[in-house]
Amino acid sequence: MPALPRDIAVVAFAQSDHVADSHEVSEAEMVMPVLHDVLDRTGLKARDIGFTCSGSSDYLAGRAFSFTMALDAVGAWPPISESHVETDGAWALYEAWVALLTGEADTALVYAYGKSSPGDLRAVLTRQLDPYYLAPLWPDSVALAALQAQALLDAGLTCEDELAAVATRSRAAAADNPHAPLRGPRPQGDHVVAPLRRGDCAPVGDGAAAVILAAGDRARALCGRPAWIRGIDHRVEAHSLGVRDLTASPSTRLAADRAGAFDRPVDLAELHAPFTSQEIVLRRALRLGDGVTVNPSGGALAANPVMATGLIRIGEAAARIQRGESGRALAHATSGPCLQQNLVAVLEGES
Amino acid sequence: MSKEPVAVVGIGQTAHVAARRDVSLAGLVREAARRALDDAALDWRDIDAVVLGKAPDFFEGVMMPELFLADALGAVGKPLLRVHTAGSVGGSTALVAANLVAARVHRAVLTLAFEKQSESNAMWGLSLPIPFQQPLLAGAGGFFAPHVRAYMRRSKAPDTIGSLVAYKDRRNALKNPYAHLHEADLTLEKVQSSPMLWDPIRYSETCPSSDGACAMVLTDRTGAARSPHPPAWLHGGAMRSEPTLFAGKDFVSPRAGRDCAADVYRQAGITDPRREIDAVEMYVPFSWYEPMWLENLGFAAEGEGWKLTESGVTALDGDLPVNPSGGVLSTNPIGASGMLRFAEAALQVRGRAGDHQIDGARRALGHAYGGGAQFFSMWLVGADRPE
Repeated sequence: MPALPRDIAVVAFAQSDHVADSHEVSEAEMVMPVLHDVLDRTGLKARDIGFTCSGSSDYLAGRAFSFTMALDAVGAWPPISESHVETDGAWALYEAWVALLTGEADTALVYAYGKSSPGDLRAVLTRQLDPYYLAPLWPDSVALAALQAQALLDAGLTCEDELAAVATRSRAAAADNPHAPLRGPRPQGDHVVAPLRRGDCAPVGDGAAAVILAAGDRARALCGRPAWIRGIDHRVEAHSLGVRDLTASPSTRLAADRAGAFDRPVDLAELHAPFTSQEIVLRRALRLGDGVTVNPSGGALAANPVMATGLIRIGEAAARIQRGESGRALAHATSGPCLQQNLVAVLEGES
Repeated sequence: MSKEPVAVVGIGQTAHVAARRDVSLAGLVREAARRALDDAALDWRDIDAVVLGKAPDFFEGVMMPELFLADALGAVGKPLLRVHTAGSVGGSTALVAANLVAARVHRAVLTLAFEKQSESNAMWGLSLPIPFQQPLLAGAGGFFAPHVRAYMRRSKAPDTIGSLVAYKDRRNALKNPYAHLHEADLTLEKVQSSPMLWDPIRYSETCPSSDGACAMVLTDRTGAARSPHPPAWLHGGAMRSEPTLFAGKDFVSPRAGRDCAADVYRQAGITDPRREIDAVEMYVPFSWYEPMWLENLGFAAEGEGWKLTESGVTALDGDLPVNPSGGVLSTNPIGASGMLRFAEAALQVRGRAGDHQIDGARRALGHAYGGGAQFFSMWLVGADRPE
């Protein structure tokens, strides 16, 4: 990544409690308290924000333009400079980061939300696949992840005990995460789709998250210890599983390289791995050693509001830096079947 | 800190028709992308990143189709970003791509927008089911017709203005080989006697449902210097949003549209848009939106926009040609319609618009809007590199 024209930091992060079913609240009602929370942390008002960007998917709630109603939660009056990505909010953060780099704005509000409860997520995600050759077969998201897990086992790159250990560590870590629905040790349970057991799979839930970005001295004024984005990059792989090596994640490796993740070691990583087996793939792609604390929040295995889960990884990593618990952290987000698309951000506190 | 100047060096679009049964979704986007690359004399390997836009995924029944289109877009191993801002998305997508160059994150970006509306029924796709919305509306026309009526009442415009816009745009489309509708035998009388769909909007005053895609290659000064054809330079670009419904919202002339145009003119140093802009490609899905947007965008005073239409100022040979390409009224692949406006504006200042070229166009405005007249994206492009 070339030298950045401007230093940009995460200055605040907020999230909802993530629940299995939020049928009593609309998307706007789910988002609004989170936006108030994140703004309160900086003392900013909605009208002080230079650029706003959100991430969500129409397919989750089952309605077109779901983001237009969520905009009501922002209070977009007078009119605001605003955009939206139809994917995880981590990519909304990327778009906002670019907007701040141009100098057209000094602050950005990024939010994401997901309401998976109206449908069956495993079935819904099949609509994300090649509509001609793959989607007609309805291979669900757990089945595809199970193919990836089996490939790892067959290659001798992991074993079921290691997968169980990832699940146990994640849920134990989530004991301290008041927003997570799955806290504390849980049994691995039966196979959902072999070799993946109940404990290997992320919960499916509803929730929202928001982040505020600010540039340069503005960031220092808004936050005692801003989490500076030293690099951020994202890459996509081919869609067809048949042409990919599912035991590796070259797009994660490349994005990490471009984000400068390998320039110096990180002490913490928040990885967007909805399946224990995907954490194994990501650790290898990111060359994370045993000394790196992985997913102290519990990660996606403890709380998984789809379309916000990736943004939460950046928020959680930034919050640890702001609290002085990390000096240099990596945050990762993913999209698509079997880690098809990946984003990596490197965050640092000022020493 | 200064932004890198952004140049449009490649533009490509597909033939737009009601149903492109000859191509898959991948084939459709590939066709537009390849033409944009050819125009720029570049190849897939020259592209650093891809930014894709389209309107609701339900239109094709594919959730986040950029994932499956990664191969067709030559994006494997590259950053691929998906934008969705309702009907304004084609414009917003181009602006997101432009920012990547302006911020010097990338040097050459392919941006593309598409819709293959034949895969579904757009009217019902846009009619949200309960519990999301009261069951009063049938498609976008049902939503916008009352606001057109409000404009007619407010401005005291003659009832015929809408038909003049529709007739003009459909005639312009005859000069655009890519346009969906080529109605050579259309007359003004036929427009005025076509069936009433959503009073006061008649069938011939309504946009079609199209399959199509549009692509552009955006690059920096170095890339522009290598371009075989004159580039279009970005002089200003902005997005503005406001809520769908709220007490006091002006649906006839939304403040978000006015603010967006003011921001673009400020960036471009435009103080008198009526005199300083040579051609306009604005998002007119229903004919009456031409006079409404002429006022919203500052080309006419409030209540006066229809007079420009009536007196022929917005015709191909007028002094402020609006939608020389035939506009959305002649071609409407929804997700791509905004990018087509941006691309047609760029074609004008590059002098590459073919039979619908406006002689001597140096500065042109591309405009898109979406949602409940609440999302706006615009850019102003010029033949000269900005200072």
